[in-house]
Amino acid sequence: MTYKAKFKVWRGDEGQGELTDYTVEVNEGEVVLDILHRLQATQTPDLALRWNCKAGKCGSCSAEINGMPRLMCMTRMSTFTEDETITVTPVRTFPVIRDLVTDVSWNYQKAREVPAFDGGDVKPGEFRMMQQDVERSQEFRKCIECFLCNNVCHVVRDHEENKEAFAGPRFLMRVAELEMHPADVLDRREIAQDEFGLGMCNITKCCTEVCPEHIKITDNALIPMKERVAGKKYDPIVWLGSKLGIVKKGENTPTA
Amino acid sequence: MTEIERQQYDVVVIGAGGAGLRAAIEARLQGKKVAIISKSLFGKAHTVMAEGGAAAAMGNVNSNDNWMVHFRDTMRGGKFLNNWRMAELHAKEAPDRVWELEAWGALFDRTKDGKISQRNFGGHEYPRLAHVGDRTGLELIRTTQQKIVALQQEDHRDHGDYEARIKVWAETTVTRLLKNGEQICGAFAYVRETGKFVVFEAPAVILATGGIGKTFKVTSNSWEYTGDGHALAMLAGGTLLNMEFVQFHPTGMVWPPSVKGLLVTESVRGDRGVLKNSDGKRFMFDYIPDVFKDKYATTEEEGDRWYDDPDHNLRPPELLPRDEVARAINSEVKAGRGTPHGGVYLTVVDRMPGGAAEIVKRLPSMHHQFKELADVDITKEPMEVGPTCHYVMGGVEVDADTAAAIVPGLFAVGECSGGMHGSNRLGGNSLTDLLVFGRRAGLGACEYIESLGADLPSVPDAEVEAAAAEALAPLEREGGENPYTVHHELQQMMNDLVGIIRKEEELALALEALEKLRERVSNVSVAPVAASGGRGYHPGWHLALDLRNMLLVSECIARAALERQESRGGHTRDDYPAMSAEWRKVNLICRLSGDGGVSLKHQPMEPMRADLIELFENDELKKYLTADELPEETK
Repeated sequence: MTYKAKFKVWRGDEGQGELTDYTVEVNEGEVVLDILHRLQATQTPDLALRWNCKAGKCGSCSAEINGMPRLMCMTRMSTFTEDETITVTPVRTFPVIRDLVTDVSWNYQKAREVPAFDGGDVKPGEFRMMQQDVERSQEFRKCIECFLCNNVCHVVRDHEENKEAFAGPRFLMRVAELEMHPADVLDRREIAQDEFGLGMCNITKCCTEVCPEHIKITDNALIPMKERVAGKKYDPIVWLGSKLGIVKKGENTPTA
Repeated sequence: MTEIERQQYDVVVIGAGGAGLRAAIEARLQGKKVAIISKSLFGKAHTVMAEGGAAAAMGNVNSNDNWMVHFRDTMRGGKFLNNWRMAELHAKEAPDRVWELEAWGALFDRTKDGKISQRNFGGHEYPRLAHVGDRTGLELIRTTQQKIVALQQEDHRDHGDYEARIKVWAETTVTRLLKNGEQICGAFAYVRETGKFVVFEAPAVILATGGIGKTFKVTSNSWEYTGDGHALAMLAGGTLLNMEFVQFHPTGMVWPPSVKGLLVTESVRGDRGVLKNSDGKRFMFDYIPDVFKDKYATTEEEGDRWYDDPDHNLRPPELLPRDEVARAINSEVKAGRGTPHGGVYLTVVDRMPGGAAEIVKRLPSMHHQFKELADVDITKEPMEVGPTCHYVMGGVEVDADTAAAIVPGLFAVGECSGGMHGSNRLGGNSLTDLLVFGRRAGLGACEYIESLGADLPSVPDAEVEAAAAEALAPLEREGGENPYTVHHELQQMMNDLVGIIRKEEELALALEALEKLRERVSNVSVAPVAASGGRGYHPGWHLALDLRNMLLVSECIARAALERQESRGGHTRDDYPAMSAEWRKVNLICRLSGDGGVSLKHQPMEPMRADLIELFENDELKKYLTADELPEETK
């Protein structure tokens, strides 16, 4: 079962670097992360990579394997042939710190701009919500924040200039999660469009395709969110109703 | 001397799992300026691995539940070695802490009437675990993470700076606590990305670093679990309590080898999963110990009826406390009735009324995990499972009410603290432990700071210089050993000699081996990397520094395991198979000895308060307590 695999691993820092060749042992049942750990332990103790749980639950070990954004801990070696060269590079959308480790702080900045959950006046212990109502947001709360969706999204992948005005699928989904939360009282539709760049998403579904949790980001979060925004901004009956003073406009929540 | 950044805070929390984040939230709510120091990125801590749920006697599913029933279950699970005051506080306060999460945006699974749903779990008399499928830990970490962001948003509004009063130092590792005389005055750390040193000046430090699993080879724990808080406390003059109690979770994956040890949640058994040996027999019925004889079903039929009618049937023995199930699996495998890969079978196939669809709905992560990592479809095939090092019950000795360690200014909470779970932790009690005592540690630290007034300890230069020299040593040494090699040997040795079943000769051998490993650890060396002055994101260097902690913790475990001549909970002695009422009265306390090793002493257990003792039937008390300890009328 054991064989020697050929690997090309990107080594370097701050954008200066190159693919380096390694030949390394592979055993039955292993994943790409196991192989990189073996490299660390036996050939190159300074190889920088992020990982925590090695179980697909923490979302730390994101990388691009043969060009595909994936978690290294969930990529089994048996999905490659024994003579295939496996190329591992850092995720492309975020600046490299060293080797496979990137600076993902942009994601944390965006997270801070989304107004937090607000349950209104309900006291702890008094929330009553039905299972079918919580399930919509629960799907989005499966997110392990691996940021592969933000990495693959073409709006920012090769467009540094869009990072200011676009929060990426992860945080647009966070907005959707809060908007669909049965107990939340704020209204984030306006800022979803104006501050977080929902309109820049043209639903190519790349985010959904790379999500290791198989969350239907586009279909269940982004498209329904677009509909909610359109309903608020452009629905002619709502427009007319508010002109006539029949429909009261709710308060728009500003960014945090 | 190398350049060192200085930062001032009121409270420094080391660790960003559930316990650390809850402690930080409390300290910030009390108006203190707080730093959270995390070895990983924000939101990645080991708490995300918790699957089953958070135990709290809310009584949403069975209204007979209350804190007294929960307290009793916790004490039984811990075989009466628990710090009873902690178990009491935990049982009383857990519901409020869970409801609070909901007010911060958590979305638990619901009952039909819209309350938080609660599930069955090993050792809990009633359905008690608030849960979100089998990813409850992720919900807890995300909710506390988002609460911290909410507080930062408040600070941004009031001060124009998100980090004005609470800052997360991601990928930063503390290597030493700093002291001025007897008092804590701060912590010494390096930032992973740059390798730069930072001195945190703070009168109060809360340890929330989690466990020690990475000292063992087969473990469900992540790389961060290197016993940092345990070791930091000892090095600062603190004491560790009952370190011999290490929980081997009965159901870890056994195949493929690369995921050996990875957790298979206890919810599988709570949701009708059963354990079978290679003969197809549900063997747990053969392993019900005397202390639990009248609490568990003796036939498969009764056990199966219990899921739907728990009021009139006894629960199946698959739901015995973890230590019992782990030992049973170990015995079956040793007797030659194991699976091809050395485990036993755990199956939910044809066990749920809703068939395969219900399995996927109730156990989504397990379905995903086995499909992706082992090519096993758990709706069609059994899982192969065996014991894996999961949790350490032992930890920093603390005051139950305030989480204060014996060192002034030092606090500890969560897995790195000791006492709450006695000799064995019940599943589900960990998540609420983090919340209940996280809040209490935050409050305790604030009260302590108030008590100091203006008289705050400064950081002596000599402390900082010593810490910097220690951290640089593996880089400056040349021709030493590879830290990865030493780590692998330590893990293998601990697995072989201090594992689930222990005996005197092996423990003595372990202590000899640790003596030799200590020399090797002090002689590991790593070459500088090209970036950031040689220390930027350098995994070999980090491991070299973690080894000190793992070694200290290993020595505590081995020494205490050799000393305790009985079997109880997470400590099984082949040569002393019985539980001893005399040993129940003894806490084993480890501290640093003069030569850098570990010294150990016996400390009597404080007798349980009378009103708590009265919660138990006398017949049950007789199984655990000595004749002298029993209430008057029983004697």
